[in-house]
Amino acid sequence: MSDVPGTELDSTDDASADEVTTATDVEVEEPPDPHALDEEHAQLLTRLEGELGDAVLDTEPRFGDPVVRVRRDSWRRAAEVARDVLECDYLSFISGIDWQPAPKEGDEDSSDTSSPVQPQEVSYGAAGSDGRFQVFAHVQSTAHHWGLTLKVDVDETGMLAESWVPVYAGADWHERECWEMFGISFDGHPALRHLYLPSAFEGHPLRKDFPLLSRVVKPWPGLVDVEAMPEEPEEPASTAEDTE
Amino acid sequence: MNRPPRVSEAEQSRASTGERVSAVGASPTATSEPMMEVDPRLYRHLADAQVNVELDTGDMILNLGPQHPATHGTLRLVVRLDGERVISADPIIGYMHRGYEKLTEFRTYPQITTLINRIDWLSSFANEVPFIDAAEQLMGILAPPRAQYIRTILTELSRIATFLLFLGEMGLQVGALTPAFYGFRDREHILNLIEAATGGRFHPNFNRIGGLKDDLPWGWVNDTRTAMKTVFDACDTFEDLVAGNEIFEARTRSIGIIPAELGAAYGVSGSNLRASGVDWDLRRDGKPYLAYPEIDFRVWTHPDGDSFARYWVRLQETREAARMVLQLLDQLPSGPIMTKVPLIIKVPQGEIWVETENPLGQMGYYVFSKGATGPFRVKIRSASFSNVSILPWLLRGVFVPDVITILGSLYFILGDIDR
Amino acid sequence: MGMLAIDIGWGSTLAIKTIVILILVPTGALILGYTFLLKVMSHMQSRLGPMDPGGFHGWFQLVGDGIKFIQKEDITPEQADKRVFAFAPAVVVISTFLVFLVIPAGPDLVVKDLDVGVFYALAVSSLSVIGVLMAGWASANKFSLLGALRAAAQLIAYELPLLLAVVGVVILAGTMSLQGIVRAQSTESIFGFDGIGFPFILTQIIGFTLFLVASQAELTQTPFDMPVAESELVAGYMVEYTGFRFLFFFIGEFGTAFAFAAIAATLFLGGWALPASWGISDGVMRFLGPGVLFAKIMLVAFLMFWVRFTYPRLREDQLQALAWKFLIPIGLANILLTAIFKVAF
Repeated sequence: MSDVPGTELDSTDDASADEVTTATDVEVEEPPDPHALDEEHAQLLTRLEGELGDAVLDTEPRFGDPVVRVRRDSWRRAAEVARDVLECDYLSFISGIDWQPAPKEGDEDSSDTSSPVQPQEVSYGAAGSDGRFQVFAHVQSTAHHWGLTLKVDVDETGMLAESWVPVYAGADWHERECWEMFGISFDGHPALRHLYLPSAFEGHPLRKDFPLLSRVVKPWPGLVDVEAMPEEPEEPASTAEDTE
Repeated sequence: MNRPPRVSEAEQSRASTGERVSAVGASPTATSEPMMEVDPRLYRHLADAQVNVELDTGDMILNLGPQHPATHGTLRLVVRLDGERVISADPIIGYMHRGYEKLTEFRTYPQITTLINRIDWLSSFANEVPFIDAAEQLMGILAPPRAQYIRTILTELSRIATFLLFLGEMGLQVGALTPAFYGFRDREHILNLIEAATGGRFHPNFNRIGGLKDDLPWGWVNDTRTAMKTVFDACDTFEDLVAGNEIFEARTRSIGIIPAELGAAYGVSGSNLRASGVDWDLRRDGKPYLAYPEIDFRVWTHPDGDSFARYWVRLQETREAARMVLQLLDQLPSGPIMTKVPLIIKVPQGEIWVETENPLGQMGYYVFSKGATGPFRVKIRSASFSNVSILPWLLRGVFVPDVITILGSLYFILGDIDR
Repeated sequence: MGMLAIDIGWGSTLAIKTIVILILVPTGALILGYTFLLKVMSHMQSRLGPMDPGGFHGWFQLVGDGIKFIQKEDITPEQADKRVFAFAPAVVVISTFLVFLVIPAGPDLVVKDLDVGVFYALAVSSLSVIGVLMAGWASANKFSLLGALRAAAQLIAYELPLLLAVVGVVILAGTMSLQGIVRAQSTESIFGFDGIGFPFILTQIIGFTLFLVASQAELTQTPFDMPVAESELVAGYMVEYTGFRFLFFFIGEFGTAFAFAAIAATLFLGGWALPASWGISDGVMRFLGPGVLFAKIMLVAFLMFWVRFTYPRLREDQLQALAWKFLIPIGLANILLTAIFKVAF
């Protein structure tokens, strides 16, 4: 196995051995501070806050990317400010997130050890949230090469957010996907219909209370395909061995 | 004998003017609206738009797909035709939806690496890179320089592999049978290299959080240098055989022009946007990642924004990628390929957005982590999803054969659209 | 029959000739298909093509394909117009067979040497348009319909350049009969030098090129294969045909290619004849003629298929523009020049 960290290799398999930079004296670089923002993005943030005023509920820089949470009624205005004032003409994506922790798979003594165990306490991400659902989007500028992430909370009972279609034409498909996966409707969208799923599909798959259907159909460990050795008698399929 | 100048030289001088295609006053919304004043260069595209008004015939609805040789997989395009002219087109996707974003919530980070290989299956190494980068940044670790270099080399090799296939099959979409075979043949050299290094031609699954799984085999560097020569030859062949062909030019020039602002609003990225004159490449302009800050490369743009421009930009980028690989091989540092990481990887709480310049366009992962062995939510931003979303606007008023040309020139992969 | 010193009689002669044609057309189609479609194309695309069937370089491949087609289930779409659907391939194949009636393979080896041979051959070859339209409409499939309508427009548009290309030859030869044209090429001389006879390609190079381009379009081959655009319509008007009906279309396509190559070889390269100055008697030519014609057909077919594998396809409107705005004026100019030179020299 070559996962042993720190293996030293000689450089003889490089043709230009004289130009090889040896990394034996590499400086251990400090990982950058996740909350640092460079000059450009800091100014971007200032301009945005100046334009939107108190519509900005919280901001938090993350790995060089400003994350801004805006008020519910200013979602489209934030997009307009981003496009017109900050010259962010490029829409990267719009998506949603469900902050509710996923219910544990099966019951207490279930043997399902396959999935990572997520903490059961509710916690929110950068710039916080005041509810279960959020819509977040990322926009960038093709000319100035800066970008920012915008977030907005979605009320759980109404499940309504403002649509970005009048601002960015590409929001059409992203919002359709968001509606399909989370059930968040977008006010002002021309036609919210299914994008990935068949039109008769019920439910919103990316919500945390929507189970992974393949586990429901056949509980973990699923179909264990074990061929019996030639001498051994055939074993019935229900006594499948743990092939972990 | 006076040979006419290579397509490249003529196009290069135009490409370096830096102009963009713009649609002044074009409607930004996705609904079908009449085209208002447009850039005069679009006129050639619209000149033949004479609807037959003498015969009031009904429209015909044609289903292109989901099984169709031109749609690169299971994409269904419901077009409404008037004779041979498209009135409206509606792409219906999701035939290959595998639910990746849901699946990632039930997998550990190394398991997700296996999954996301299969998003864009032609350049699969490139899919792993942003995710691994995200996990490493959240954990606060840095892969050693040698690992970064090798990752870059393998990414550029996947870019070459994908683009060689594109150069061949674009000819196939337009009707030339032969370039497709040349594309596959030349791609074999690259796939052999990737297989030698990683063990898999298509799904290498080679990245690990903190570095790579293994080091390069003996003699790989020399083999790669040789293979890059064949790449240059192949690009020359494609330039003469396909890009220089008059019929190919007649079929692709002024077809499917994407204005730069509209493309950006739809999220069109990568070579498609650069072919409309937008000088934006995440390897150079985004946050620094892998070994790109240490090498020199040129970003190719083209002012036209039509299908020919997209073909030409990818052709140049293939050559550029080969040059980059040669530079990286020259500068390849020695050293470890994996930093010290714990056996069970738990990524601390946080969220991060990482984007890279993948062969198909801008690919990004927004990873939310709550400190467990797997992520809380991963939003996969795939390039082809946005590239295909512009189709309803782009396909209005074109002929049926042009639909095929446009689909071919946008170069999407179904796994990338549907995830 | 002058070939054998036996008096067989008119009916039996006709019967024998008919049987020969019936055997010749599929065989010719097969040879052409195998050589060019399977082998030459493969080598141009840096691959080998079939190697196993029959042992030596897969020569049995197409025969095996034919047998496979015959034993397939005969599927007719439910909403198709049954009789038209069934009859369409027959129309295409019948028009192919009819062309072969006038192609001479030797001094006497022609079914019927009509005085209007060239005219007849081109007229009859255009009957296939009807078959294509029937196939496209009766298939009850929108893709087929698109293909058939494209084909109708294209095939009719390219009839004219085909004809105009041939008129130059007719002027030079002074006759429309194909035997007469062959004789003219073998016996005449170029400015007094009669070492190689006078193949019309030397002065009718424009006509030859025009004929090749137009026949490429008539055969719906790339760069004119819009009706059968593989990456769009997936076999266009033929898409609903399976089994032996598809085999008919296949034979029709390659048989017509064979026929057009034969006509081109006859009109421009001298047909079955070697130059008369070489002094080979007619008796010997009765045996050599078919071989000579076959060699010339292979040459012309190579050119046609080479273009097919190299070029992308033209869009319908570009195709039509090429025919009407470019090829027809060239054809007319060619006729004018030929007439002037014929009178002047």
